[in-house]
Amino acid sequence: MADKIENNGYVDPRPPVIGPGYTFETLTSKIADVVLMRRFQKGWIFGFGIAFLLALVLFNTIAYLVLKGVGIWGNSVPVGWAFDIINFVWWIGIGHAGTLISAILLLLRQSWRNSINRFAEAMTLFAVACAGLFPALHTGRPWVDYWLFPYPNTMGMWPNFRSPLMWDVFAVSTYATVSAIFWFIGLIPDFGTMRDTAKQPWQRAIFGILSMGWRGDAKHWHRYESAYLLLAGLSTPLVLSVHSIVSFDFSVGIIPGWHATIFPPYFVAGAVYAGFAMVLTIGIPVRKFYNLEDFITIRHIRNMCKVMLATGLIVGYGYLMELFFAWYSGNTYEQFMMKNRMFGPYGYMYWLLILCNILVPQLLWVKKYRDNLLVVFVVSMFINVGMWLERFVIIVMSLHRDFLPSSWRMYSPSLFDFSMFFGTIGLFLTLMFLFLRFVPIIPMFEMKVMLPQAKVEEGDEAAQKEKGTLGGAVPQFGD
Amino acid sequence: MPQIFPRSANTLARFSIVLVGLIAGGALWFILNFNRTTYVTQAFVARQQPVQFSHKHHVGDDGIDCRYCHQTVEKTASAGLPSTKTCMNCHSQLFANVPYLEIVRESWRSGKPIEWQRVHDLPDFSYFNHSIHVNKGVGCSTCHGRVDLMPLMWNTQSLQMEWCLSCHRAPEKVLREQKDITKMDWVAPPDQDVKGKELAKQYNIQSTSVLTSCSTCHR
Repeated sequence: MADKIENNGYVDPRPPVIGPGYTFETLTSKIADVVLMRRFQKGWIFGFGIAFLLALVLFNTIAYLVLKGVGIWGNSVPVGWAFDIINFVWWIGIGHAGTLISAILLLLRQSWRNSINRFAEAMTLFAVACAGLFPALHTGRPWVDYWLFPYPNTMGMWPNFRSPLMWDVFAVSTYATVSAIFWFIGLIPDFGTMRDTAKQPWQRAIFGILSMGWRGDAKHWHRYESAYLLLAGLSTPLVLSVHSIVSFDFSVGIIPGWHATIFPPYFVAGAVYAGFAMVLTIGIPVRKFYNLEDFITIRHIRNMCKVMLATGLIVGYGYLMELFFAWYSGNTYEQFMMKNRMFGPYGYMYWLLILCNILVPQLLWVKKYRDNLLVVFVVSMFINVGMWLERFVIIVMSLHRDFLPSSWRMYSPSLFDFSMFFGTIGLFLTLMFLFLRFVPIIPMFEMKVMLPQAKVEEGDEAAQKEKGTLGGAVPQFGD
Repeated sequence: MPQIFPRSANTLARFSIVLVGLIAGGALWFILNFNRTTYVTQAFVARQQPVQFSHKHHVGDDGIDCRYCHQTVEKTASAGLPSTKTCMNCHSQLFANVPYLEIVRESWRSGKPIEWQRVHDLPDFSYFNHSIHVNKGVGCSTCHGRVDLMPLMWNTQSLQMEWCLSCHRAPEKVLREQKDITKMDWVAPPDQDVKGKELAKQYNIQSTSVLTSCSTCHR
C-alpha cells in the first residue's frame, strides 16, 4: 500500500506496517528461528512455569469439582449463574478479536492484520477452550455432557431446539471448529517454509506432516487462496452470531436486566472490545520479548487502540440504553433493577465497571497515549477487568434481587470460584507459551508480500529477484 | 534436497481423509447400537433366584392369575411381591416336604423374608406406578412379555426411556379391555387402530403432551 502511494509522489504519513531493511531470507530466519532453535530461553521457561502452575491449579480444581459437584462453588439460589457463566462469556468474548482480525479485516483488505492475525487466532482458540470448560462443568455431571448434542439416544429425546442454551452449544462448537480450521489452513504455507528451513530430520518430518505436502506451486497457492477466502467468508458471520447467541442466553429470559433487545449488538461490540484488549495485553509483552517491533509496529498498536475506542463507545451506548429502557419502559421491576444496579449492595461493581470500560479508555483519544505502550497496556488491562465486571453486573446483579423480595439473597464466591477463574488464565497462558515456542507466530508468507522485494517488476529484473525464493510466487493479496 | 517421505505417503494421506470419516462414523454407529444391546440392557438374561421358582409352572401350567401373588398391582405403585405366607397357602399342603422348598419353609418358620432378586429395575428417578397402567388398559404382558413361558424370569424389554416413550407417545396401540389385563397370550386385534382409540377415550387417557411431559415420570 505504502509503495503505491509513494509512486504517486505522496508519502504516507503513517508508520509502515513492516520495519525497513528486510529480505525474504532475513524475515524467514527472524520468525522461524524462534521455533527451530534447540534451547529454551530463560524468560520463556520462567513464564511458562508460572502459567503452568496456574493451569495445575485449574486441573486440581476441576478434579475436586467432578468429585464433589458444583456445590463447591458459591452459586446458590437465587444466583444460580455466577462465576461459571461470567467466565464463560468473558472468555468467549475475548476470542472475538481473533476472528474479526482474521476474517473481517482480511475481507476488508487491511494489510496491517497480516502480522497479528495468527497470534490473535491462536488467542481465539485458547480462549474458546477456556470458555468451553465452564458450561461443560457447570452442568454438574460433565460425564454426560454429550446429551447436549442432538443424536438418536436411548432416551428417545432431542434437546430443546427452542432453547438458546441449545443454540449456544452449536454456536460455540461451530466457532471452535471453524476457528481451528482457519488457523490451521493459514499455517500450512508457513509449515512448508519451516520444513524447508529446519535442519534436524525429525523437525522436517513433523513440519512435513503438518504442511500436508505443500510445495508452494501456483496451483497450491490458488487453492490456498480460495480456501482461505471461503473460510474468511464463513467466519465473518460467526463474529456476529456467536456472541449474539450468547446474549440470547440472557435476553430470552424474563429476568429484569436480561430481557433487553439491545443485548446482541451490545454483546458483540463488547466481545470485540475485550478481544482487542487481550490482543494488546498479550501482544505488547510478546513483541518486546521476541524483538518483533518491526512486524508488530506502532501502527498496529494505534489501529487496535482505535478499534477499542470505537467498540468501547458502542458498549457505552449500550449502558446508556439500558438506563433509558429502564426509565422508558415504565416497568417498576426494570426501574428497580437499574436503581439496584447503581446504588444497591453491589453498586460499587457498577461504578468500577464504568470506570474501567468507559472512563479510562477515553485516554486513547490522545495520540500521545496511543503511542505510549505502557499507557496502552494499562488501559487494555482496565478493559479486561471492566469486561469481566460487566458480566458480573449483568448476571449476578440481575439474579440476586428479582421480583420477590423474599427470595433476595447476596452472592459470595467461594475459593474454588477464584481458583477456577485464575486457573483458566493459567491454562490460556500455558497454551499461549507453547504456541509462541512451537509455531511461527507471524505469518511469514503474508509478511513477505509486503516487502519491497515482493513487488512485481517487469522483465529480467523480476525473474532474477524471484529466483529461488519461496515467497516469490505469492499472489498479491491482502495489500 | 532429498524427499522426507516416500511416494506412498501421498496415497496414505488421501486414504486418511476417508478413514477419519469412516472411523468417526463407525465409532458413533457402534456406540449407539452397543447401548441398545442386551449386554447393556440385560434384557433376555435370566436372573437366578434363591428358590427354584418357575413362573412357567405357576402361571402357564397351573393358570394362577398374576394378581394372586402380585396383589397390589391394581392399587399401588408397586405390584407387590408375595410374602412367604402366600407361598405357604398352597405349599403347606403341596410339595410340603420337597428339599428345594426348604428355604420357603425356613422363611415361614423364622419370619425372615426370602431375598428375591429384582428383575425389572427402573432407575429411582423415574416414578413408575403399576396401578395407573393396569387400570388404564395396559396389560401385564405388554411390558413383562410371556411370563407364562418363563421358567426363570427375564426382561423382555430394554426398560430404556425411548421404550417408555414409545407407548406414551401412542398409547392406543397397546390398550386392551379390563377383562384381558392379565391375559398372557393377548395380541392386538386386527381393528386395534379403531378399538385402541375408543379404549383411550373410555379410559380417559390424557393427551400425549401430558403423557410425555417431563414431570409425568420425573418428579
